[in-house]
Amino acid sequence: MTANDQRDAAPVLSVEGLTVSIGEHEILRGVDLVLTPGRVHGLAGESGSGKTMTGLAALGLLPHGARAGGRILLDGRDLLALSQRDLNAIRGREIAMVFQDPATSLHPMLTIGRQLTEHMRHHLRLGKAEARARAIGLLGQVRIPGPAAAIDRYPHQFSGGMRQRIAIAIALACGPKVLIADEPTTALDVTVQAGVLRLLRSLCDDLGLAVLLVTHDLGVMSAVADEVSVMREGLVLETGPRGRVLREPEHPYTRALLDALPREGSATPTDAPPKDGSDALPGEGSDALPREGS
Amino acid sequence: MSLLTVEDLVVDHRTPGRPAVRAVAGASLSVAAGEVVGLVGESGCGKSTLARAVCGLVPAGGGTVSFEGGPVTPLGLRRRDRALTKIQMVFQDPYASLNPRRRVGAQIADGLATAGDRETTAGGMLERVGLPARMAERYPHEFSGGQRQRIAIARALAARPSLLIGDEPISALDASAQAQVATLMRNLAVESGAGLLFISHDLSVVRLIADRIAVMYLGKIVETGPTAEIWADPRHPYTQALLRAIPEPDGLGRLPEELPGDVPDPADPPPGCRFHPRCPVAMDVCAEKEPAFGPVSCWLHPPA
Repeated sequence: MTANDQRDAAPVLSVEGLTVSIGEHEILRGVDLVLTPGRVHGLAGESGSGKTMTGLAALGLLPHGARAGGRILLDGRDLLALSQRDLNAIRGREIAMVFQDPATSLHPMLTIGRQLTEHMRHHLRLGKAEARARAIGLLGQVRIPGPAAAIDRYPHQFSGGMRQRIAIAIALACGPKVLIADEPTTALDVTVQAGVLRLLRSLCDDLGLAVLLVTHDLGVMSAVADEVSVMREGLVLETGPRGRVLREPEHPYTRALLDALPREGSATPTDAPPKDGSDALPGEGSDALPREGS
Repeated sequence: MSLLTVEDLVVDHRTPGRPAVRAVAGASLSVAAGEVVGLVGESGCGKSTLARAVCGLVPAGGGTVSFEGGPVTPLGLRRRDRALTKIQMVFQDPYASLNPRRRVGAQIADGLATAGDRETTAGGMLERVGLPARMAERYPHEFSGGQRQRIAIARALAARPSLLIGDEPISALDASAQAQVATLMRNLAVESGAGLLFISHDLSVVRLIADRIAVMYLGKIVETGPTAEIWADPRHPYTQALLRAIPEPDGLGRLPEELPGDVPDPADPPPGCRFHPRCPVAMDVCAEKEPAFGPVSCWLHPPA
């Protein structure tokens, strides 16, 4: 627990009644979220619940043909109402994103130095040498060994965990206020995941970043998030402090998600017969938990 | 007698112009009938290669793999030896392992035909994995990931295997479906008296279903033992690090512990104990001699 936990800071990003539809499908049906500086807000839910869409909407990265409604306020400006040109000034500068798979989110044919400095030079108008010096500093900050040599290497020369650290360094380069991390550790091993989670948490505490952590792993959520929101079918079902949501969930769906995890005190495997799939309706996506429609 | 015995298995991956990568470097393992063995380790430690060697998908470079007393021969172009169809595998990605152009019933019927089973229907197999029998008429794209993995399990079980291998069968699924599919695999395998070799990097799931756990690091098995024992008292420093890195969904906000460093390049493994460069309690002997003993291959726990 840090002093930050007690502080009641003003929200930096607030999502109000966000709706997204593609064709006739309603992907998000009114999402409300508030991000405050120095806090990690975890967004949990199964695949298809709309958690990634919520993150993408904040950056104006919705897929082609998607229509968004509601408001996403960043310091009083509604991001959904901005032109592409104005949005370009914000993306990467004030809101940054870290994607799930660092093997695909980094450009394989550019050195990481190039990828780290490109947006710094654009957004912050830094000179070549200055941007490079800053990039080396950033690599040190995300604990890449030998940053001065690492900057001229290519993504394939790094391991998965290192690549994700580099992706985080790129996101932090312009000193954003909001960091959206979409399943940042899902592609990593558990030992490497621990390191990336520690890094995210310390960056959040040290830099006062507001982090939206999208993950389906409630263990990850419990380790780093301050607030937790649980999503299903494009709606936020439950929001609250981590300790309350994960230990005394109010919504039955949150409880079902927690019960679906293998954990201490759960039934021994032999007396847990798999009676689950038989009651799932044909054509529905769910394996574990009943859903309405899809 | 064990159903499956792997002794000092060595598997090399050869790429022209590059040094051979020793993916499995002398691993020993056994699976008894009706037993569930969980094989865990970080990515790149060779656990999938071990599984593929066990069913003959990659040739062994050394050591032996014997199944029901006979050797496992590499899979070739000819028809598979009858005895070896008793090893069945469930692959990682059910989006890739099912044929998208054939009805799932027909794919399950392939397994039934292999076993010479004329009585069971594909629909009956679907019911065993908890799906309605009428879904046999559908195509794979009509199912979700978890349902597809159930179909892949039904197909593997249709061939009446005495050894079922699951190569990361749950890592492509949602967290909420993982525990269920894993438990389903365990129950079906144990019910039919088959052994199950369950490979996963998710220790919490392995703990739920396995009778015994084998921990693999850089091509070697570093610790084996009964699940409860390993969980309560992990002895190898690597096993301890793996267990400490798991974040618990307890709402307490504890950050998991980090294991510094990366898995070394298997083409150029460190001398001595393979874990010593990352080991928090490494001693002088660790850098010199490889601890080639079990069940805990660590100089802190030499055999009595």
